[in-house]
Amino acid sequence: MQVKEYKPLIVAFCCNWCSYAGADLAGNNRLNYPADVKIIRVPCSCRVNPMFVLRAFQRGADGVILCGCHPGDCHYTSGNYYTRRRMALLFSMLDYLCIERERTRVEWVSAAEGAKFAATMNDFAEKVAALGENKRLEDLRCKK
Amino acid sequence: MLKCSYDALNGIFAKIAENAKLYLPADKDGKTDYTKWAEGVEWSNALNTARSPKDFFFPQVEDLMKFKVEGKSIAIDDIREESEDFVVFGVRACDVRSFDILDRVFLIEPYDSYYASRREHGVIISCACTRPTETCFCKTFGIDCTNPGGDITVWRCEDALYWQANTEKGEKLLGTLGLESADESAVNAQKEQTARIMEKLPLAKLTTEGFGGGKTMELFNKPEWKSLSEACLGCGTCTFVCPTCQCYDVKDFNTGNEIIRYRCWDSCMYSDFTKMAHGNNRLSQVERFRQRFMHKLVYYPENNEGIFGCVGCGRCLAKCPISMNIVKVMKTIGGSAE
Amino acid sequence: MQKITRDILVEKAVSLLENGTVCCVLGWKKGEFDYDVTPALFESKEEIEKDFVYDDFCGANFSKYLVKKTIKAEGKILVFLKPCDTYSFNQLLTEHRFDREKVYAIGIPCEGMADINKIRAIAGDGISEIKCGEKIVVDTIYGDKHEIDAKDVLLERCINCKSKKHVNYDELLGDEGEVIESNRFDEVARLEAMTPDERFAFWQNELSRCIRCNACRDVCPACTCEKCVFDNPKSGVENKAPANEFEEKMFHIIRAFHVAGRCTDCGECSRVCPQHIPLHLLNRKFIKDIDSFYGEYQAGAEVGSRAPLVNYTTNDLEPSEVFEGRGE
Repeated sequence: MQVKEYKPLIVAFCCNWCSYAGADLAGNNRLNYPADVKIIRVPCSCRVNPMFVLRAFQRGADGVILCGCHPGDCHYTSGNYYTRRRMALLFSMLDYLCIERERTRVEWVSAAEGAKFAATMNDFAEKVAALGENKRLEDLRCKK
Repeated sequence: MLKCSYDALNGIFAKIAENAKLYLPADKDGKTDYTKWAEGVEWSNALNTARSPKDFFFPQVEDLMKFKVEGKSIAIDDIREESEDFVVFGVRACDVRSFDILDRVFLIEPYDSYYASRREHGVIISCACTRPTETCFCKTFGIDCTNPGGDITVWRCEDALYWQANTEKGEKLLGTLGLESADESAVNAQKEQTARIMEKLPLAKLTTEGFGGGKTMELFNKPEWKSLSEACLGCGTCTFVCPTCQCYDVKDFNTGNEIIRYRCWDSCMYSDFTKMAHGNNRLSQVERFRQRFMHKLVYYPENNEGIFGCVGCGRCLAKCPISMNIVKVMKTIGGSAE
Repeated sequence: MQKITRDILVEKAVSLLENGTVCCVLGWKKGEFDYDVTPALFESKEEIEKDFVYDDFCGANFSKYLVKKTIKAEGKILVFLKPCDTYSFNQLLTEHRFDREKVYAIGIPCEGMADINKIRAIAGDGISEIKCGEKIVVDTIYGDKHEIDAKDVLLERCINCKSKKHVNYDELLGDEGEVIESNRFDEVARLEAMTPDERFAFWQNELSRCIRCNACRDVCPACTCEKCVFDNPKSGVENKAPANEFEEKMFHIIRAFHVAGRCTDCGECSRVCPQHIPLHLLNRKFIKDIDSFYGEYQAGAEVGSRAPLVNYTTNDLEPSEVFEGRGE
């Protein structure tokens, strides 16, 4: 078996109402997803300011993923619609500045989709791992 | 006085670079800035660099120390590294004077060991001006741009580059370069020619009359400050391009596993400049704007035997987004003659 | 050369000041040289007649000054607006940043403003006089004379002028212009077409020059927060210097993002940057993306329009679809 030394650090912003519950369900169902995914619970995916994403990278994240309710299902009616626009623009800008596009993602995960949550995290972690360490948006002061 | 031909210059740079890092003004993408010399880097013809050379002694950001808190103990780590020897080549007279101005701030008690160490390890090779531009007014502050000082001075004459050491440090370096001796006639001719051009500059007649130590009460409450600062954006451009602005802020950065204490340039134009526990002592842009010019033209000379805190390099004239600058202030507040 | 002369503007300003319509005039004030024009508030006929100028160096956009000046002014403020300035003016009105009743806006035509850096690159050191006429005539103290075609030394934003139309005014001097076709997104497209490594190198090089003077932010008519996140010690990102590459990038991404959808592309950020960083390329990237993702939108074209980032449709593009069809 090949031993992978490098494990990416992934920050997942999960909305309280759907995706966080989805993550819970994944746990209850004993579904595997990488332990290096650090979940940060937010009241709504639209709580995530672009600065949060950048700061996650600054503090050593190799990938940042946002999970929210499916469009139309937002607990606050429309929060995730704003998230969708914001992140589309932010990710496009990060790509413009050449931060690899695979390092960022938005995924809609409902409270019933434990399996989707685990699958998404596995897939995302794999893609980020393939890229290796985040070098283009790192803050050297924060490296140990 | 010594000289070398322009063909030999590259070899001389290489020789200097053997023992020390050599920085000189070089052009890149249409802009001129100090660049580390390496084979292929060409000395720029431009009058001056966009950024002043104060970075060499007083960098914009400088880490002072690190500390780590574990339980009730704090481990302090002095992260200072011994400065390496370096040579800054092609510094203009105005910028050379700016080092004196910085010295008077950093090298008095309590003296700044970070700055002092760089000063000790740095050799300044100045270059006399031959083509001053309309924004130059170094003469106003008694600076002779044909005789710029520093450790070594070079004159860029038509036939050759002339060298002269001004200090012991300079002599030591110059001695290693193996230059041929020369007479001063070419240099003197160039000095005269430049002096004639200086007379023709649009700001040639600007004087410091009305400014200097002891003028605080007279100038502080002048109503003109309001109209002068009216359009000021409160950005830090003038401060950051200025070779003599020396204010800094000390900040802590939490990296997650330790604290880095660093200092960075500050600007009196910023709203949180010198903010203290009781709040801020300059609440409006008028006050902040006034502070900048009063510091250079009144407070500094008051504490430093009449030496002004401006060197007339003209960077702020060229860079201010709204074209407000020290010359306009001097003419309006001091009533300096046209 | 500007089609409208200084004298017409002076006459207008003086008459409005004298008949009491306005209490002060926001205009351009003559500088030390022929090019260093300063925005200023004129309060008397004498001041206007002495120092008011309008020529190829009047690039400053006055819209943002209205935010602060209208609070203090006792009557109306007369402001002269070039076409691009009127977009910022509208955008500020949309955001309720000043009281429209306290402003008397006169739209003035603009033929594009000159970039002194480009003139200096041609004329060299020691500019003693610049005359803006049919051609820009530059004299230097070294006795050189240059006749420059104004078209060759336009500011970047004027080369790619998007509109000669005034979208808001009380009175218009000169002719009504049109929204024009521009190539303002060409440079963005050129960058997009680069390989990631080339593009990374490009931005690394440009942004590394930043001295964090905040001029781009402070001049921006869309940046009108009372306290900027980068000035607020409690935000955790406050800094006065670009401490490292990360901070350079973060500042510029967030600056551009914060005005995304509200940026009218007035180009002031790039005009004032002392380090000549092409900041408009960040803003235009957002505008270009917004246009292609959510339909064309010009901030400030009309008062009260809903900016794309505070709006949505239920079938918007997914962030995962952003890169679809874009190779690499």
